[in-house]
Amino acid sequence: MILIPVLIGIPTFLAILIPLIRSEGARGKIVYAGAGCIMAATVALLVSWGTQGAKSIQLYTAAEAVDHLMSLGDIFLMCLIVYMSVRYRKVIPAILSVAQTGLLLWVEANTSLPEAEHMMIDWLTVLMCIIIAFVGGFICIYTVGYMKGYHAHHKEYQDRQPFFFSMLFLFLAAMFGLVFSQSLIWMYFFWEITSVISFLMIGYTRTEEAIENSFSALWMNLLGGLGFSVAIALLAFTNGSVQLSDAVATGAALPLACLALAGLTKSAQLPFSTWLYGAMVAPTPSSALLHSATMVKAGVYLLLRLSPALHDNLVGLMVSLIGGFTFIMASMMAIAQNDGKKVLAFSTISNLGLIVACAGTGVEETVWGAVFLMIFHSVCKSMLFQAVGATENCLGSRDIEDMHGMLLRLPKLTYIMGIGIAGMYLAPFGMLISKWVALKAFVDSGNVILVIFIAYGSATTMFYWTKWLSKLISQHHAREGVKDVTCRDEYVSMFVHAAIMLLLCLLLPFVATTVVDPIVAEMFGHSQAVLSMSVLTTMAVMLVSILIVPTIMFFVSKAARKQLVEIYMAGVNKGDNRHFVNSFGGDTHLYLSNWYLRFEFGRRHLLHPSIYLSAVVLVVIFCLLIGGAV
Amino acid sequence: MKSVVFVLGYLILAPFVGALLDGADRVITARMQGRKGPSILQPFYDLSKLFSKQMIAVNNVQLLLNLSYLGFIVISGGMLFGGTDILMCLFILSTADMFLVMAASSDSSPFANMGAAREMVQMMAYEPLTLLVAVGFYLASGTFHVGDIIQSDLSPVLYMPGMLLGFMFTAAIKFRKSPFDLSTSHHAHQEMVKGITTEMSGTTLGIMNVAEYYEKVLILGIFALFFINSSWWSWPVAIVLCLGIYFLEILWDNVSARLRWKTLLFSCWLVTLLTAGVNLLILILMK
Amino acid sequence: MGKLSRSPWLLHYDASSCNGCDIEVLDCLTPRYDVERFGVINTGDPFQADILLITGGVNSQTADVVRQLYSQMPEPKVVLAVGICACTGGVFKECYNIRGGIDTVIPVDIYVPGCAARPEAIIDGVVQAVKLLDEKREKIRAPKGGNGQPGGTYGSEK
Repeated sequence: MILIPVLIGIPTFLAILIPLIRSEGARGKIVYAGAGCIMAATVALLVSWGTQGAKSIQLYTAAEAVDHLMSLGDIFLMCLIVYMSVRYRKVIPAILSVAQTGLLLWVEANTSLPEAEHMMIDWLTVLMCIIIAFVGGFICIYTVGYMKGYHAHHKEYQDRQPFFFSMLFLFLAAMFGLVFSQSLIWMYFFWEITSVISFLMIGYTRTEEAIENSFSALWMNLLGGLGFSVAIALLAFTNGSVQLSDAVATGAALPLACLALAGLTKSAQLPFSTWLYGAMVAPTPSSALLHSATMVKAGVYLLLRLSPALHDNLVGLMVSLIGGFTFIMASMMAIAQNDGKKVLAFSTISNLGLIVACAGTGVEETVWGAVFLMIFHSVCKSMLFQAVGATENCLGSRDIEDMHGMLLRLPKLTYIMGIGIAGMYLAPFGMLISKWVALKAFVDSGNVILVIFIAYGSATTMFYWTKWLSKLISQHHAREGVKDVTCRDEYVSMFVHAAIMLLLCLLLPFVATTVVDPIVAEMFGHSQAVLSMSVLTTMAVMLVSILIVPTIMFFVSKAARKQLVEIYMAGVNKGDNRHFVNSFGGDTHLYLSNWYLRFEFGRRHLLHPSIYLSAVVLVVIFCLLIGGAV
Repeated sequence: MKSVVFVLGYLILAPFVGALLDGADRVITARMQGRKGPSILQPFYDLSKLFSKQMIAVNNVQLLLNLSYLGFIVISGGMLFGGTDILMCLFILSTADMFLVMAASSDSSPFANMGAAREMVQMMAYEPLTLLVAVGFYLASGTFHVGDIIQSDLSPVLYMPGMLLGFMFTAAIKFRKSPFDLSTSHHAHQEMVKGITTEMSGTTLGIMNVAEYYEKVLILGIFALFFINSSWWSWPVAIVLCLGIYFLEILWDNVSARLRWKTLLFSCWLVTLLTAGVNLLILILMK
Repeated sequence: MGKLSRSPWLLHYDASSCNGCDIEVLDCLTPRYDVERFGVINTGDPFQADILLITGGVNSQTADVVRQLYSQMPEPKVVLAVGICACTGGVFKECYNIRGGIDTVIPVDIYVPGCAARPEAIIDGVVQAVKLLDEKREKIRAPKGGNGQPGGTYGSEK
């Protein structure tokens, strides 16, 4: 399996290479080539692993030199964090970083761990690789075009594109390393890299807000990292092994809880959600990368790995409760947002909440649903972030209010955005099927609270997406048109995403049997058909209908002869559908706003109570666990 | 075979049944108000008039979206009467509603836009309960499959009376009954002209009405599902009880005035939690 | 009776009325007169209306509104002027702001006189309007019979 170091190596190499290249054109070509190489290597990995029988393979037993290198890397990261903290006068990140790195080094020095495999490759790993390589790779391609437009718009920020690209690729490398790791110590190293890079990417613009938000992301992720290193320490001393599979197999509650804490912080679950929407200050590609394919998926990935051990115990209860709670609260808060990226951020948090709740329940069906959600969410969200970013470059705003009637102004972007939004919540696209499975599984496992959370949460989810969609398709002829300044690079990425999205929907049963079922089988040793044949037929009916009904209706309605008249404005329409006569006889411009229910669902009202509540749940369960362990 | 008959029956008869029910509604409402009221066939007259009028529209997509709304309602109802998965049927139903919202907001007009926003709030208000009702059927009879639910030995309502109560409460939104008729109303005076249907005229409005008749029968079908069991006599009983429920909705329509949207949303959510939530808890504990 | 005559939907617009006729119009909906017997619905929306029922004379502010509402109604449609002000301008005819009856702005089909118009008269007007709707419907449907142009004028009925 030479391909594993290759997969980690290519992006690392690119990350070093890109800052050395000053020409923008050449850099663009290298990014294309690099993304292509990564995808090709992933396909090669898939093929070679498939020809070897598609079994779980453990690798690299003896790797002492790499162990030492990683310790050095940990120390380097610690120094970097301490340096940045001192520079910006922050205390908490420095303390957290020193504590966790110190703890880890101390454990490594004081325990003699048996020789064991450091890496592995199995179905879930391969799936993650595909997501990282393809979604991540296309995001890199998108960035080539996007950053041109971004810096054309934002002259006030220093142009640090080489640095940005370098970080993007390094991030991909870290993600590859993370999903291949079997040894928790190795995983921890990659985990820390993702935390630090996300910190650097969020702070890209170096405005005060960006720095503030990047530090809040940093300390929350470091808290998770601390949990990670505590888990390693506990496992090393009690079990004498730091293998991920051993941690799951023995199922010791406290280390599991610490690892789950790490997963929760990284996937931005509720007490720690603030870092994710704070991260929206960064340029869009980093949001797309962090929130669709990589960063948050790392947390979800860890939780999915743990999920067989989470069934029916206190840790599982903690994870699923927090996940379910995050699902509903974040979807409520999304209602009150009018900034496109903020809506996407809250929807990300909310969807991750659902995945986390599934992972925390830890039975086959829920894991099945969670994997499915993860696939769809990666593609869909990445596409939506890119579409919003491109729209921002065209309109000069990412406010949903400004997208009124965008269908007539930027049709291509609107179609992409529409496909993304439909994929997020409409029957019969993927997310809804996963929701169906999750709902059934929650009922089967008898978790009333989660069932109620999902019932309410899907109602609120529906509200904010429908609202956005109907804003887009409004037939409003604005006085001045908008020039579509989206680069070809961006369209390449977005069209591919849209195509993947549609293909995934069409091939849903195929994806279910060839990708998702084996993952579940691998985790639980056996698997049952989660989607029965009748459900699949129903699905097919629905899918056909959603494609056919509007098409037929399109031709029917086209055949109808209509006389177009002005819209109704109580008889005082000025005739252009944009102005009406006011009570002084003058003209007033019509402005139609969406409904945000700010006083009911505003972040100001909901965020703090929900943070406190979930923090209390977390603390109480941790106390119970520590009390039970002592 | 049986399900094919049911689906065909639904496709062909539902608009007639729905229209007749609407006619009966208007007569009963008139009698409750001390008036004589129109003929029971009035909805048919209205429909045939609407389809014979000149087509005017404010844009080219509204008709398309309205037709899609009709299409999805029909598919959803077909799925229910065809005996397939009830949860999927409800998901499609909400997709259909979404097309209605889009049809209204495609006008980019103030009244339709406000109607669309309120329609969305209404959807948000009833959505949790409909999902929980599906879960209730699953717990009561062990399947989401309508074809199997009707084969259970005991009527599901025995297990889920709370859900029935809650569903009666929120179904008033679907029937567009006061006090929940915020987005549009069948009554003459509406606070936002005609809400979501403001720019719909002639054929477009006719399609919307037909869709509502289909939806009405669909909702009553879900009500019937509460009562039907494997014995034959449960069917007539279910039909009678459904008519009774429909009468109660009309009664409620006539004794209640409109509310503000906030009361609508939170009362529905609270009722959902108190009826369906408690019912669900009991069902899961029983299992 | 034809299709239209069984389901005439009204749009009631007050051009500048003193509200006397408006109250009589609403009176028609009450249990005593109950025009819903004939399928009449007082809809507030020109897009859905067949009969435009106007009370009061037209002034310079409402002229455009009346014209716009009329243009937003689908064919076939009938205009009903209720009350003497709507018919001719009535006692306000010589006022500086009044242009006169509704027919100074849009073609009126039926005139219902009275100050205020009696409910019986209004119902009678509506019934005549209903007949006219059917005639218009036939005219539109007839292939090139006369001028099937929408919005053509018809003589007064009363």
